[in-house]
Amino acid sequence: MTRGTGRFRKMLVSVGCASLAGAAVFAVMALPEPAVRLAGPVEANMDRSGVTHPVTAVLLNFRGYDTLLEIAVLLLALLGVAAAGGSEKIGLRRLPSAPHAFLQSLTRLMAPLMVLAAGYLLWAGSHRPGGAFQAAAVLAAGIVLLFLAGLLPERLQSDRLLRVGMVAGFLVFLAVAAFPLAGGALLQYPVPLAGALILLIESGLTISLALILSGLFLRLPDEFEEEEE
Amino acid sequence: MIALAFDLLLAASLLWAAFRALTTLDLFRAVVMFIVFGLLMALAWARLDAPDLALAEAAIGAGLAGALLFDSVGHLRARGRSRP
Repeated sequence: MTRGTGRFRKMLVSVGCASLAGAAVFAVMALPEPAVRLAGPVEANMDRSGVTHPVTAVLLNFRGYDTLLEIAVLLLALLGVAAAGGSEKIGLRRLPSAPHAFLQSLTRLMAPLMVLAAGYLLWAGSHRPGGAFQAAAVLAAGIVLLFLAGLLPERLQSDRLLRVGMVAGFLVFLAVAAFPLAGGALLQYPVPLAGALILLIESGLTISLALILSGLFLRLPDEFEEEEE
Repeated sequence: MIALAFDLLLAASLLWAAFRALTTLDLFRAVVMFIVFGLLMALAWARLDAPDLALAEAAIGAGLAGALLFDSVGHLRARGRSRP
């Protein structure tokens, strides 16, 4: 690619982005008032949700169906990554080089704090910002950090345990969702049990999501190295 | 007044980070700018009173996505070196 076409292409991208941004701003400005305001009904039903934080109430109770499908999609994505690897065993990739000593000691310091922060976020989800997704993201970042420092414990690398852990959250969610089917509809938790059920789902989700999110990073196929061999 | 100035500065730096991430030729630098963008975006969500989104953006958008992008850059570089 010559310098001229590169600059031209860059300009084209810039102009395209600018016009798209302009159109988006215009569209937002021209947006009509929403016909249905959902904040009111959510506020009105908060005492039946089992939690006191509206975002958690919407994610895991009022619109629990969306969250259930989200987990399924993430699980599918990981299965896709594992399948693209080609091998039957979803083995961990190798580290490209020996980890730095500073990274190792820093990770030793950080990992317990990240587990603590994840636990807090999970618990905080019921009454303030936080919840399973955020807790899982922190845990997953911790696992990636441990891996990069070469400190990931053997137990976390066991294949069968990992597979069970990845699907456990989804299965727990599915079981809790299906449990009220006998009395009515999917995901209609009985009001007195709602808080406990949501905490149960969120705990399962935190562990599974952490394994899935970190799995997306740790289980990428080492395409280049395979080519080399 | 200070809040308004901060918001304007935040919006301007967001646009700047996005522009640099898209236009810089060095892929490594582009990923760094993407992570900067993600962290600034988390600040913006916090300013918009959406701390849930801010937490998710900082952890997933900036952290994990950044790690994945760095990984891709590493792969691309290794492949470029092996080619004669």
